[in-house]
This record gives sequence, C-alpha cells and structure tokens, in this order.
Amino acid sequence: MAELTTAGALPVLEARGVSKSFPGVKALSDVSITVRAGEVHALVGENGAGKSTLIKILTGVYQCDSGELRHRGEPVTFADPRAAQAAGISTIYQELDLVPMQSAARNLYLGREPRTRLRLVDFARMRREANALLDDYQIRADVDVPLNTLGLGTQQMISVARAVALHANVVIMDEPTSSLESREVETLFGIIRRLRSEGVAIVYVSHRLDELYRICDTVSVLRDGRLVHTGPMAELPRVQLVATMLGRELQTALHRSAPGGGDRIVAGPPVLELRGLTRRNRLHDVSLEVHRGEVVGLGGLLGAGRSETGMAVLGAQELDSGAVLVEGKPIRTGSPGAAIEAGVALLPEDRKLEGILPNLSIRDNIAIAALPRMSRLGLVSDKRIDQLVEHFMARLHIRATGPGQKVSTLSGGNQQKVMLARWLCLSPRVLVLDEPTRGIDVGAKFEVRQTIDELAAEGLAVLLISSETEELVDESDRIVVLKDGAVVAVLDGDDISEHDLVQAIAAVPSPEEDPTRD
Amino acid sequence: MSTTAPTGVPDGPATAGTGLAARPVEPVAATGSRVAAALQRNGVAAFAALALLVLVGSVLWPSFHTLDNVRNTVLGNSYIGIVAIGMTLVIITGGIDLSVGSVFALGGVVGVYVSNQAGPVAAVLATIVACGLIGLINGMLIGYARMAPFIVTLATLFGVRGLVYQLTGAGARTYSVPSDSFFAHLGTGVLLTIGYPVLIAIALYVVFHVVLERTPFGLTTLAIGGGEDAAVLMGLKVRRTKVSLYVVSAALAGVAGMLQAAQLVSASPIIATGYELQAIAAVVIGGTLLTGGAGSLIGTAAGVLLLGTINAFIRELQLDSTWNNVVSGAFLVTVVVVQRLLNYRRAD
Repeated sequence: MAELTTAGALPVLEARGVSKSFPGVKALSDVSITVRAGEVHALVGENGAGKSTLIKILTGVYQCDSGELRHRGEPVTFADPRAAQAAGISTIYQELDLVPMQSAARNLYLGREPRTRLRLVDFARMRREANALLDDYQIRADVDVPLNTLGLGTQQMISVARAVALHANVVIMDEPTSSLESREVETLFGIIRRLRSEGVAIVYVSHRLDELYRICDTVSVLRDGRLVHTGPMAELPRVQLVATMLGRELQTALHRSAPGGGDRIVAGPPVLELRGLTRRNRLHDVSLEVHRGEVVGLGGLLGAGRSETGMAVLGAQELDSGAVLVEGKPIRTGSPGAAIEAGVALLPEDRKLEGILPNLSIRDNIAIAALPRMSRLGLVSDKRIDQLVEHFMARLHIRATGPGQKVSTLSGGNQQKVMLARWLCLSPRVLVLDEPTRGIDVGAKFEVRQTIDELAAEGLAVLLISSETEELVDESDRIVVLKDGAVVAVLDGDDISEHDLVQAIAAVPSPEEDPTRD
Repeated sequence: MSTTAPTGVPDGPATAGTGLAARPVEPVAATGSRVAAALQRNGVAAFAALALLVLVGSVLWPSFHTLDNVRNTVLGNSYIGIVAIGMTLVIITGGIDLSVGSVFALGGVVGVYVSNQAGPVAAVLATIVACGLIGLINGMLIGYARMAPFIVTLATLFGVRGLVYQLTGAGARTYSVPSDSFFAHLGTGVLLTIGYPVLIAIALYVVFHVVLERTPFGLTTLAIGGGEDAAVLMGLKVRRTKVSLYVVSAALAGVAGMLQAAQLVSASPIIATGYELQAIAAVVIGGTLLTGGAGSLIGTAAGVLLLGTINAFIRELQLDSTWNNVVSGAFLVTVVVVQRLLNYRRAD
C-alpha cells in the first residue's frame, strides 16, 4: 500500500474540547480530535476510557455537554443518528446495528429503498443492487435469507457494506474485526484501503495492536475520559502505546513490587487446570494451572480473551475443544451448575449487571446462593443463615450498620465483598475474580486485595483477571498474558515486573519470532 | 408470500474470484426448519388449519359450507378482522394495543351520533378523527415518552370505555340511526351479495398488506420489531412510525365499531368488550410473532377466519357456545408452542 501523507489533508470531522457527563460519571472531558480525509484514524483506550461515548457523540446518538463538532470546517450539531448519517457519517457498531430477522438486501437498503414508479419498494432492483454491492467489495452472502441465518462474520461484513454504500465521507468502525476470521479481516482491510484512496476518513476502534499498526495512519489514545496522546501511528512504539493506554510510566514501572501475600503454600497437584481451551474467534488453545494457595494473574488488553477464559472456567463459555479440570476431574462444559458443584466460584466483571441484588439486604445477598444447600425439605433455618452471614461479614470486614442494610447503600468496595461472601458460602476451591477492584476507591481496593491474599493463604486457588498491571504484579504468583485469545507469555516468580508485563501485553515480537504470525 | 420474486435475478455473484471471495455461504439454520418457520409466519399454517376445519365441517354437515353460512361467518368476523389489521402492525413493532375494544365502542357512538347530526360523510370523518386522537395519545406516550405499550393502552382501555359510558349516560341514552339512512346502509348494504363491511375489510387488508410489504414505512415497521436500537442507529424514523401505527390501530378499531353500529342501527356502550384479546389471538394464530419483527396480514386474515370457523364448528356440534373460548384458547396455546419450537430449532 502506498504511503499517503495525510498531515496536510483536509479535516473532515473534528471534535473540539468535547465534554460529556452522565449522572455520577464524567465520561469525556475536553477531548479534541481531528479526522482528516484519506486517513485511517485509530481510536484506542481501555474499557471506560470514553471511546464509545466519543463515537456516540460523533454519530449523533449523544449530544455533548460542552465543546463543539465541526464537519468539513463548519460547526455542526447532530440531533440524532439520522442527522449524522445525512451529513455523510456512517458507523459500524460492534453489534445491534442490523435487524436480524430481515434479509441482507433489506438491511442494506433500509431507510433508502429503491422505489418503483408507483413509489413502492422495488425489491427486484434492491436485490440486484445488493448483490452488485457485495460483489464489488468481494463479500459473499445470500442476500435473501434472514440475516440471523448467516454467520457472524458475514453479518459484520454486511454491516460494513451498508456503511460504505451510504457514500459516506467519514466511516466509523467500532471493533469491526471482533467477529471476523482472518480471511474476512483481509477483505475488510481491502475495503478500508479502497475507502482511504477515495478520500474517505476512517475512524478505527480496535484493541488488536497488530491490526492498528497494519492499517492505521494516526492514533488517538483516550484514558479516563481524556485524550492522552494523538499522533502518527508509526511514531508510537507498541510498548509506548500500551503504556499510554494503561497509564503506566515505563520508567517508574521498572522495579518490581513486593509480592503481597507473603508466604503462600504452593504445593501438590493443580486445583484448577485448563487444557487447550479453544473457541472460534475467541480463545485459542489456552492452558494454565492454578495450585492450592496460588494466585495466578490473567493479563492482556480488553478483548484478549481474559473474561472468556474466566467464563470458561465457570462453564458459561461454549467451547469448541479443551477441558476444565478441578482437582483432576474434568467438569462438564456449558453448565455453570456443574462448575459450581465442583467448587468453582466466579466474581463477574460487572457486579451491577451480573449478580448483585441492590434492593435486598446484605444478608439476603450473601445467603441466596447457599440457600439450596442449607435447606432441609425446602425450609431454611433463619438462625443458620444469620450465623453464616455474621461469619462472613466479620471475616471480610464488611462495614455496614448490620446484616439488614440494603446493599445499594454500601460503597463499591463493600458491595464487592458482599458478592465475594456469597460465593465463599459455597466453600469453593477455585475462585475466579474478574476485575475485582474496578470502580472502587483506592482504600477499598487495598482491602479487597488484602482479602484476596488472605483467601489464597487459606488455600484457595485464585485466578485473578485484571487490567491494572500494578494489581496483577502485586497480587500474582504467576501471570499468564493473553493476546487475541491465545497465551503469549507466562511471567513467573522473579520475572514479574510491570515493565515485563507491559512488554508482554504489547507482545513485541522478539527477533527470532516470525513477526507475520497470525 | 415471497417479497423478493425470483424474476429479475441477475446472473448471481461471480463464482470465480479470489480465494476470499469464493468462500461458500454457510447457513446456520437447517433449511427445513427455516421453511417451516417461514410458512408459519406467513399464515400458511393458519390457512391449512382453516382449510382442514372447513373440509371436516363440510363432510360432517352438508349445510356447513353453504353460501349463507360462509357469508354470515365472514360478515360476523369482518369487524374483528379490521381491528386485527392495526393490531398486527402494532404487534410487529413489538408493541400491543389493548385499547381497541373500547375504541371500537367509541367509534360506534361517535359514528351514530354524528350521522344523525350531520350525515354519513361527517360521521365517517368524525369517527376516524376522534378515534385517531386516542391512538395519537397512545402513540405519543409510547413513542416519545417511551412508556410501556401495555400500560399506556391498558389505561386508554379503561379511560375510553368510561368515556363511552359517559357519552351514553351509562347506557341510558341509546344512539340509534333510522334503518333506511345512508349510514345504516354502510353496515347493511350488499354488493353482489357480499356485505359492505366485508368488502371494506377486504379492501383494507389489501391496502395494508401492500403498505407492510412494499413500502419503506412497512419495512421500517418490521425493522423496529426486529431490533429497535438498530433501527434508531440506522437513522430510521422510529418514533414517528410508532405513533402512526397506534393512530392507524385506533382509527381502524373506530371504523370497525362504526360499521358494526351501522349494521345494528344503534351504538351500544358495552359492545366489543374483550375484542382486544380476540384480535391479539387472531394475530398470533396468523403467525405474527408476539415479540415483534415478523408477521403478515395474510396470516392475520387466516387467523380471524380460523377463529370464526371454530365458532361455527361449535355451533354445528350444538355445543354450548361457552366452548368457543375453550377451543380458541387451546388453539392459541398450540400456535405459541409451535412458534417456540420453531424458534428453538432455528437458534441451534
């Protein structure tokens, strides 16, 4: 691909000093980016960095609280997605942007259907044009069958075709490759290059570093709602990019933090063993072991397969192949019940969505999972529940007025401990923690980490998923680093430093490795 | 009904091409269940059941398929049939309109009253406007204020029925029209032995079938039910379409009520109680998904006729008419179970 100089090209879409708040959250503060004609502009950042909010502002789904948008130099406001589309800004969302029960042809032309002389929809022409459009972009799909009968990758490509068929001057792609296979990625890149050469500006959101360096000209990095870097892609080394995204200074991250747990007992056969977990487009041959009393960290960028691995342990992630063994015994995949029975507990990433019952008391929240085990003939003794709840509230130092306090009135850290207590009631042998300290304040983070140390010291096998490199380095006896669903590095014992971890996450190919490996 | 006729097919995508392009398309669902689901959704299944019922009835009772019998069944069901048109469209968007029974009664009262005051043309217009206004209230609350259709239309179900009682002095004032008036003729008149209400219903089915299947408005309606968020992100006029559909539903219910009042030459405040549920049943039996996104008016027509024929069947069996609801209910459950099974197979 010929190198295009984009620095002098015309700005097509600009955000100037854009801020946006939601109740309780400042999602974007004073963000300015400029997208130029014929450039592929990477927009990167970790979860919660503000990428989605920025995209939604650029496409008219949200309106900014302050700051302005400029389209081809003119100040604009997009009242809704329709207005943005009319201005030539089209978007490929990660999901939700097509109607699954309708055919590909209809999806491609919804809102701008070709008409007959009687002003009725001309289906024959729609079909013809849909086929021609897909052919033109080398996308192969049956345009007549409902979209949900096609593969996910094909659906995504049809979404791309819809976006480019609108004759847009800006195409925003939000993780367009998340459900594509490598061949389809090549087709997509072909389309992107073609759009670029036609002078279309492309905003490309992805967590896959290889893709960013292959296709993007410019990169803007968001962190905690602020723009922390913008500049040519080629001038920002991988490690620097990852460090910028994660907000770690490389220099200060060089020395190794002391292991938090002190003397942990690491002995005997593994309590948890993952053997070659594989799921199409998600996980590739992920294997790891966690022993009694050991904390194994699972690192990597968003979308690297961390949460999928965690869900696989719980049996909630469908697998194409591979096995999960608890104390040497394989557990039936696809059944969280069987995994819980075998002694697995998982603290999910989003405690609000997955598990906490905010309007119930601490007592009810803790006891709910243990009720079936404690009941006799369907009845549960209140006294036994009270004992159990008191025991865990004391053990995890849950600060509350009493077991009757509503969980919604607790701080984030204490809510997290309540969730932890719920699973500990089941006396698990394996504990999977997915981002246990996200969204809680510093003091509470420290306490949750201390609790993790204590639990490991008591003999639990802990799998810790975290985006915070410091947390991983501090807590883990070993860190398994994932990238694109595969294990790319295992950091053990004395090797563990934040610097190494950031290097591993960035997956800088060492000289002897083939850099073109897929 | 296939909307994409196989005529005018271009010579298909080139099969040569590069390695990427030549990848075969992989259908996820088995063709068999896909066809079965399509048949069910387009009302073919309902028509098949209808045909079977008529056949059995004709074999058992010589009078069953006599013209008079058919004519009466169709005329008697033309009103609910008109109501079911609007209900189909609303349900396709994933909504529901519970107010149609009450609006039906309102349509009768307004039609008869205005006809006596200002003649038949004004009566028709006033009915459409008055009932459309109720639909507008439903639509604005659902489309713009984003309230749940079930709650909003439940409120208008009560409110409008109350209004009808008010207008008629709780039934003390009877509104009737002279049986020789032009207005009454709308309900009682016949053309080529077919009653006007039946002809009007058929015309409305044809018009709205074309609207649903062949206009951008119809495609938007289907898209909203298939994925409202997606429809918004595509820049479709989601809110406006929803409001229009609730207006259409109410206006059609009003017209149906007006036609029945014309046939009966009087308006009753207690008429059409429970019509909303009958209409929903007909729509679902006709293959429209209660969750939205797929459905057809042909199916709904079959559903209405099927429910009507079940009633006729029970009459012929000389069973108590209370069995009507038992059999209709059993049918409804069967249809919903079949829909569910087909969807499970598709999801595999």
